[in-house]
Amino acid sequence: MSTIDVTTSEFEAEVLNSDKPVIVDFWAEWCGPCRMVGPVLEAISDEHADSVKVVKVNVDDNQEIAAKYGITSIPAVYLFNDGKVQKQSIGAKPKAALEKEFADYLGSE
Amino acid sequence: MSTDFTPALKLDLGATPPGQTQSAASAEAAGESEIHDVVIVGSGPAGYTAAIYTARAHLNPVVLAGSVTAGGDLMNTTEVENYPGFTDGIMGPELMSTMEAQAERFGADIRYEDAIKLDLAGEIKEITVEGGQVLRAKAVILATGSAYRELGLEDEKRLSGHGVSWCATCDGFFFKGQNIAVVGGGDSAIEEATFLTKFADKVTLIHRRDEFRASEIMQKRAFDDPKIEILWNKQVIGISGEAKVEELSLEDTVTGEVSPLAVTGLFVAIGSDPRTALFKDQVEITPDGTVAVQGRSSKTSLPGVFAAGDVLDPTYRQAITAAGSGCVAAIDVEHYLAGHGA
Ligand SMILES: Cc1cc2nc3c(=O)[nH]c(=O)nc-3n(C[C@H](O)[C@H](O)[C@H](O)COP(=O)(O)OP(=O)(O)OC[C@H]3O[C@@H](n4cnc5c(N)ncnc54)[C@H](O)[C@@H]3O)c2cc1C
Repeated sequence: MSTIDVTTSEFEAEVLNSDKPVIVDFWAEWCGPCRMVGPVLEAISDEHADSVKVVKVNVDDNQEIAAKYGITSIPAVYLFNDGKVQKQSIGAKPKAALEKEFADYLGSE
Repeated sequence: MSTDFTPALKLDLGATPPGQTQSAASAEAAGESEIHDVVIVGSGPAGYTAAIYTARAHLNPVVLAGSVTAGGDLMNTTEVENYPGFTDGIMGPELMSTMEAQAERFGADIRYEDAIKLDLAGEIKEITVEGGQVLRAKAVILATGSAYRELGLEDEKRLSGHGVSWCATCDGFFFKGQNIAVVGGGDSAIEEATFLTKFADKVTLIHRRDEFRASEIMQKRAFDDPKIEILWNKQVIGISGEAKVEELSLEDTVTGEVSPLAVTGLFVAIGSDPRTALFKDQVEITPDGTVAVQGRSSKTSLPGVFAAGDVLDPTYRQAITAAGSGCVAAIDVEHYLAGHGA
């Protein structure tokens, strides 16, 4: 399963009401490091498809959500579970580092 | 896409170096038994320039570019105005992807992987990448660049991503119409401050001395900008805010007086430190924290180990000097492998 784009109007259904934990990648076109994080999350999404869902939120097009979660730096990768932010990771990080930070939610794979 | 032919230049390794049999076995177990001529760790202007030169010399370089940081520091900036050859300037990320493409054109094997362990002492160097694979090489070029410095304040980490930032081009957008601060006094601090005026209503530039280190042209830009206010002789000693940055605590470096400054964002641009963690116990390091090299060369204290770019440079730290230094390292590697010098 690959990452999907989520907009403000879909956020509640796709993220907050998801029955699985959701990793949200807040990104924008003009953010250099964000381009590097995309493929990393794509890989995490493929490898941990059973445990988590990975979605992307373009902060340019969805400023309300970014503001709601107080995001002032991207790339920002948040993990939501039961409608709440459980983990936050700021900046471009290698796959292994992200997997470690989110280990509680990624299952045993 | 390294072509598989034996390079003309060959290092005569003589007898099997101690420990090689064992490490050969471990490298094979990890999936790669080939001994590369040169592995370049780092992918800024230094690493890619070294790759262009060593690839053109048929040394089939492997470049470990980093899994999420490939391209180096310039990936985090906008316009680069002082890199020769671009009359109207060039965007940092574009310059870096051009350099990468140029290195690839000559056959450099560029891998988006992180080196996590280096064993540099032996005749054959071992480079372990994240995931456990071990690369073996006759020569290594250290071109790991530098990492931005943190203020070292208690709340800096907690509020990072919530008002505290190191990347104006990434994060300026979130501060539209707001009142923010930049701390630092060099070119990059002023560049960040001027860039941020595109978004913010007001940018306060905080500097702990009474003059800037920055170049004249950058200083003038700051002085001429009506949105930038400069606070001299002040250092940030505290950052506060519940969920986001709300206030800074500033100390006057002359009088010691402490005063608050209400801002919603703080951009930290107080310089950077050479990224030497992986090898600082193996090669000689200068009191500045940079890799020590011999004279004008790129030779470190270990034979077969060369350095290039910001990691060895306590002074200039520009894209062009890093590129020049990558060229030096590549030519030193050529000579070393040909059996001269070293
Ligand atoms: C915001 C900003 C603006 C700037 N603007 C200019 C400008 O306009 N003009 C100018 O001349 N200079 C500018 N500079 C300075 C310039 O970017 C640096 O001098 C130059 O990039 C140094 O090049 P480098 O190759 O030594 O290292 P870097 O560019 O820092 O690249 C090193 C890279 O190596 C990789 N790496 C590090 N460790 C590992 C590892 N263990 N495994 C794998 N890969 C690794 C990473 O990808 C790292 O980013 C700017 C710097 C900044 C921060």
